[in-house]
Amino acid sequence: MKKLIALALALVLALTVCSAFAEEPITLKIAHIGPLTGPAALYGIATSRGAQIAVDEINAAGGKYKIELIDEDDEHNVEKVINAYNAALDAGAQMILGSTTSKPCEAAGAQGYTDRVFFLTPSASSTAVIEDKDNVFQVCFTDPNQGAASAEYIAEHKLGTKIAVIYNNADVYSTGIRDTFVEKAPGLGLEIVSEETFTDETTDFTVQVGKAQEAGAEIVFLPMYYTPASLILKTAADKNYKPIFFGVDGMDGILSVEGFDTSLAEGVMLLTPFVATSEDAKVANFVKLYEDKFGETPIQFAADAYDGIYILVAAAEKAGITADTTPEEACDLLIAAMKEIQVDGITGSMTWDESGAVTKTPMAATIENGVYVFK
Amino acid sequence: MTKAKRKRLIYNLVTFGLVIVAFIILENMISAKAISRSLKGQLVPICAWIIMAVSLNLVIGFSGELSLGHAGFMSIGAYTGAVVSGWLLSAFDMQDPLLRLVLAILAGGILAGIFGVLIGIPVLRLRGDYLAIVTLAFGEIIRNLVNVLYIGTANGKLHFAFLNKEKLPAGVTMLVDGAKGAVKIKPISTFEVGFVLILITLIVVLNLVNSRAGRAIQATRDNRIAAESMGVSVTKYKMMAFVTAAVLAGMAGALYGLNSSTVVPTQFTFNQSINVLVFVVLGGLGNVLGSIISATFLTILPEVLREFADYRMLVYAVVLILVMIFTNNPTTRAFVNRLASPAKKLVRKNRGETAGGGDVK
Amino acid sequence: MIFLDHLINGLSLGSIYAIIALGYTMVYGIAKMLNFAHGDVIMVGAYIAFCGLQYWGFPPVLAILVAMVACTILGITIEGLAYRPLRQAASLAVLITAIGVSYLLQNIALMIWGANPKSFPTTFINGSSIRLGQLNISTATIITILANVVIMVGLTLFTSKTKLGKAMRCVSEDRGAAELMGINVNRTISLTFAIGSALAAIAGILLCSSYPILQPTTGSMPGIKAFTAAVFGGIGSIPGAMLGGILLGVIEIFGKAYISTELGDAIVFAVLIIVLLVKPAGLLGKPMREKV
Repeated sequence: MKKLIALALALVLALTVCSAFAEEPITLKIAHIGPLTGPAALYGIATSRGAQIAVDEINAAGGKYKIELIDEDDEHNVEKVINAYNAALDAGAQMILGSTTSKPCEAAGAQGYTDRVFFLTPSASSTAVIEDKDNVFQVCFTDPNQGAASAEYIAEHKLGTKIAVIYNNADVYSTGIRDTFVEKAPGLGLEIVSEETFTDETTDFTVQVGKAQEAGAEIVFLPMYYTPASLILKTAADKNYKPIFFGVDGMDGILSVEGFDTSLAEGVMLLTPFVATSEDAKVANFVKLYEDKFGETPIQFAADAYDGIYILVAAAEKAGITADTTPEEACDLLIAAMKEIQVDGITGSMTWDESGAVTKTPMAATIENGVYVFK
Repeated sequence: MTKAKRKRLIYNLVTFGLVIVAFIILENMISAKAISRSLKGQLVPICAWIIMAVSLNLVIGFSGELSLGHAGFMSIGAYTGAVVSGWLLSAFDMQDPLLRLVLAILAGGILAGIFGVLIGIPVLRLRGDYLAIVTLAFGEIIRNLVNVLYIGTANGKLHFAFLNKEKLPAGVTMLVDGAKGAVKIKPISTFEVGFVLILITLIVVLNLVNSRAGRAIQATRDNRIAAESMGVSVTKYKMMAFVTAAVLAGMAGALYGLNSSTVVPTQFTFNQSINVLVFVVLGGLGNVLGSIISATFLTILPEVLREFADYRMLVYAVVLILVMIFTNNPTTRAFVNRLASPAKKLVRKNRGETAGGGDVK
Repeated sequence: MIFLDHLINGLSLGSIYAIIALGYTMVYGIAKMLNFAHGDVIMVGAYIAFCGLQYWGFPPVLAILVAMVACTILGITIEGLAYRPLRQAASLAVLITAIGVSYLLQNIALMIWGANPKSFPTTFINGSSIRLGQLNISTATIITILANVVIMVGLTLFTSKTKLGKAMRCVSEDRGAAELMGINVNRTISLTFAIGSALAAIAGILLCSSYPILQPTTGSMPGIKAFTAAVFGGIGSIPGAMLGGILLGVIEIFGKAYISTELGDAIVFAVLIIVLLVKPAGLLGKPMREKV
């Protein structure tokens, strides 16, 4: 009996030694938090899937890190996101990729600030997400950044001077972009001739579009997601109103809505860091993997999350995170590392400063014949 | 002491006893660190949902009117709580979180109560389905208005703006920022305060139900015309139940709002009112203990079954329909009674005396 | 000119509300219940028409017919399974059940068709829009308003001339007496649900032709507003639903246009409350007397 135990011990020892030599990859536990159900499920599922593609790639390549992805649902709800966050930590997460949407991210990020947990959000773009919190970083542009960039682009390329704005006043993203756009516009020689709002339940846009038309707007700025945007395009077409529609990154995805008449979107311009039809090799590879695995074209949210995983891995490598690093220890190490890394992802080349906001260049695309064209 | 009174006393004691025992167990678990992060994080929301369910039960179970806008009162409480707490901190530098929390909860309750009166006056003249749809309308109106409300604080003063954020003086610190909701809240809610609030709710509701007013309220539910002809002022008593429920919902809202760093209008939609309605229906209309148990259970359950989240609402819907059919269809009710005949005495004991149990008449 | 434009938009939106409101008002008049799930039947109808047009390649007329048949079956099934067992129960219990059915339909739709919004194909209804001077009227608008008128006339004739229609009116007037006169009450109520649901399918298609985004929650807000319209016009009254729907659509558009887009929905609901307080039976409704 004693012999047997000794033998077993020796075996175990030998195995440990062996594995130490073979450089077992370090397991990194990353939790993705996003709305997998509920009204914003579309976005959360996209980020979850985008992250999954990156994780599969990294694990298959067999580098320094092996990633274990924990997926938690926050239902796009400020109460549930705290539960999701706690469940993720209970499951052993060391850092968080999330939350997908702004308000839940703001709430969970604040909790993480108190607990010292690192957050990298793929797509929560309001400034409140990173404000007063050193532990939260973004992959996407902040809303004011987009608003300003849109106004500058319009002025620079002399697309027109009379602008109508239609925005969702019940939505943080939409109001965030609108606020800076409206603030910036007058200084750039742009005149806001009409400004109308809607909410999540709005289906009828005849008044909003009618007012823009009546005011003689040459450009209609649409800081919103693609669902209401598609209704606005339809309404404008019915009214025979043909201004330049200028959108933001939330507009991406409009071409892949099932049943959408893409001719309605002809000539729409948008600023976006990612388009699925890009010829860039990295983007094409991601889009192909995504389409093969999930049978649909990825939207920008998926691309942001895909980049997010790579950013986390780069930061973890810089910070020297190991499988035993606790979330609290990892938090400060990662914060320091984020300021030093540069990541070339499919949404552009990115660097970060103290605030947590990303620096990258948006691209302007025009929809021509049902596809994006870059100018 | 009559038999009925004794039974009521036992029911009340059991209700209070269970809540207190649960509290003591949880407190011990927290101090022994034997509680998961996930459960600990849910304690305050559970307290808030229990108060919401018990207060809605007062309106639906006891006074027999369906209110579909209960989340509206909660949102008033949550916003008021956030504003009051933020203002006290900036204007009076009141650092004591407990005092701020108590004052915020009181303010939330009072403002929700005022709205309860304002809404109750027109609404309670209506009955049945009309009342339900009008409370729904009010809930939506409240949400619509909160969406365009801007409150900021500067130099100890509160500034309000409606529709136009630009009307606020420059340099204010935003407390309520339209669609962005109440922002930068310092979370100060504690489980202990939540527990005390549940006790207060129970004392208020159980006393009201067992008082002269409570009997009048239930009489108007069971037969309005008969009650009226006996000289019971229907509107007055319904108002009493409605406003009490609004105050309690406001207090729950303040507790709930101050548990998080931010509160948004979309948290208090019609769907949230329905959620509370499900708690009440499953717990049994008119059954306070049932509301407490179902609110707790249904808040924890989805967290335990996170991977089945996709089907949660589907199951809710089916359960809601089945419970309604089983408790209200004469055939199924007789069937259930026959099945339960050995346990019949127990069932009767539990619901016969308290408040009519699952009957909706 | 812009005023006329708003008016036409209001009429179009109002016509959709009116057709939905008809479903509410007929069911309420006869079964004395608020069928909260009606808005979701609309959504199901729109999805089925979408499938017909997009996946199965049906011609428009066939797609519409299939949607109508499917909704009719759905309506009768819901009535038989969920509402019939509660015929004698208090209205509160029925209303809660209806809310349950509404949630059930939304979640089933979510499972079948997913959360991604779909764009309803409108090419079949979108001929070139008609121009009157500076005014543009889309074909969808014209068809919607015409459909409204046709349905209104048809239903009025049906309830006043046919035997079944008369039976419906009898049941609505006094269920007990109707039963004594040999009218099959259950069958009449089923028939009402069938007609209401078939109309819901049409309403769904019209709704999505004008506002072509289709999601599992598409029916809920229009449903609630249409109920408001039914109450506004006097619930139980067919011309009332028509009038209420159109007025509500015009009020909503004018409210948005001349007061504030921010408060559009608040205005609609405020109108409902005011109407109920001033004229609890609605514009064309009969005040109900209570029997002891």
